[in-house]
Amino acid sequence: MKLNELTLKESLDKLAKKEIKIEEIYQDLDSAYQAKNSKLNIYLSHNDVALEQAKKASHKPLRGLPIAVKDNFCTRDLLTTASTKILEEFQPQYESTVTKRLLESGGILYGKTNMDAWAHGSSTETSDFGPTLNPCNPAHLPGGSSGGSAAAVAADLAAAAIGSETAGSIRQPAAWCGVVGLKPTYGRVSRFGVAAMASSTDSPGPLAKTVEDAAILLNSFAGPDERDGTCSRNKAPDFSQAIGQSIKGLKIGVIYQDIKELASTNQILVEQLQILRELGAAVETVQAMDPHFAIGVYTVVQRAEVSSNLARYDGIRYGLDRSHFGAEAKKRIMLGTYTLTKGRADQYYNLAQKVRTLYLQDYQRLFQKYDVLVSATSPSYAKELGASLDAAMFGELEDMLLEASSVSGLPGVNVPFYRDEKTNLYLGASFIAPMWQEEKVIKVADAFEKNTKWNSWRNK
Amino acid sequence: MSVNDSQVKHIASLANIPVTQEESEKIAKAFTDTLVVVDQLKKAGAADTPTTHQVTGLKNVWREDVVKEEYSFSQKEALANAKVTHQGYFVVPYVLQNKDN
Repeated sequence: MKLNELTLKESLDKLAKKEIKIEEIYQDLDSAYQAKNSKLNIYLSHNDVALEQAKKASHKPLRGLPIAVKDNFCTRDLLTTASTKILEEFQPQYESTVTKRLLESGGILYGKTNMDAWAHGSSTETSDFGPTLNPCNPAHLPGGSSGGSAAAVAADLAAAAIGSETAGSIRQPAAWCGVVGLKPTYGRVSRFGVAAMASSTDSPGPLAKTVEDAAILLNSFAGPDERDGTCSRNKAPDFSQAIGQSIKGLKIGVIYQDIKELASTNQILVEQLQILRELGAAVETVQAMDPHFAIGVYTVVQRAEVSSNLARYDGIRYGLDRSHFGAEAKKRIMLGTYTLTKGRADQYYNLAQKVRTLYLQDYQRLFQKYDVLVSATSPSYAKELGASLDAAMFGELEDMLLEASSVSGLPGVNVPFYRDEKTNLYLGASFIAPMWQEEKVIKVADAFEKNTKWNSWRNK
Repeated sequence: MSVNDSQVKHIASLANIPVTQEESEKIAKAFTDTLVVVDQLKKAGAADTPTTHQVTGLKNVWREDVVKEEYSFSQKEALANAKVTHQGYFVVPYVLQNKDN
């Protein structure tokens, strides 16, 4: 077995016991990078001094392990492009809070990963630097927008990865690549130094090989930050405490949407969730508010916030001027401008924020009865390359099961629940809990992962 | 709700986005497709519901009005990514014209 194929936790344990050396991990990782990266187009930039940095971090919690970071986190030592030509040569003068804390914890930036340009998409196909291919099946998309980070984990090109989610951008690519993706509560993780998309829902978080790895990585960067006014001032708990806990007596609601496109995915999901009953949880199907409305809410809120956030890109202080925006960014900025213009704001923007309240109320009702809710992450398997081109609402439709929880700020985690043997593609389940209760989703997802055969690192 | 080409051009000027004729026709179609989906919101029964703009419940987050050196750029750092500078300043497009030019 190659050492880059170890989970984060296994690597930490073996390094602690001195069974392996950090040099040996990087040796295997570098060979895998040489063999796979140009074909799969996962990393946009690569840290040439990663091993030197790793050797100096051996005494820190993450012991110098290589972490893949989405290219929308500002990093002083690596270019930060957000996969757009406008920022092709942008070398940030400061470090994002997430990567600063990662480095302080002994994580090493192995490289910056491809994404949808400006994070506008769910395919990684809108990147100005070409699509990333899905390591499970290269004829298919990795999902997005954190597609490069999900693919880096799936292809064993990092011990774990960091991404960001606005509505599905961590959980959906995790589902499509058969890995774990954890979207923290909005405000749990600082957005300082992350190229902004929709400021009221952007949430940085980990993508990893196991739920435990995701919890360990989240520990390194979650918590208050005075440089992000929307970041919670409450200290983050130790998320790894939720690993290996009993789920006996927990009440789990399965959101069962009666939608034709979901029928076969839902059937497999319900079968697979049976194990949670055997582990002592109460599992029943529930009706939640129609997810189709969330598509509209998310579309309006996201476009509006994009039009405002991307107004700062004028090519004066950094980057190229506004004529260099790609087709998708132009569309989003302009639609956002349209829905905010005088006379249209009530019809679109304010109405969307009212429907957002209905979702919050619906979750309040459901969480009175259930500890955790679960649904499929994506309606089906990873789509083929090219599927997102000329589809105006591609991402919004692929993320229809995640948008309601995102605009409500809830924490959620994707774990694989099925693999199709013919295509080697995965289906993922998304567990969600009330705000600030990441431990609940970590606990249930960890129990599910350890008692089923779908995690490809636990079941080699 | 359908959006036409001349509306798109108006929005483009508000958003400060240069668009070609071909782009503006494509965008008009994408707008129309998107607004069909968005218009479904009218059926959600939310007319009398209050709006939610953010979910943290935080209000008026203040900080002391002091300069923190560690959060500040030097002039050199601030200018490091600018394409055009002049004697230590950013060069910006002019917004006011005098009647002679």
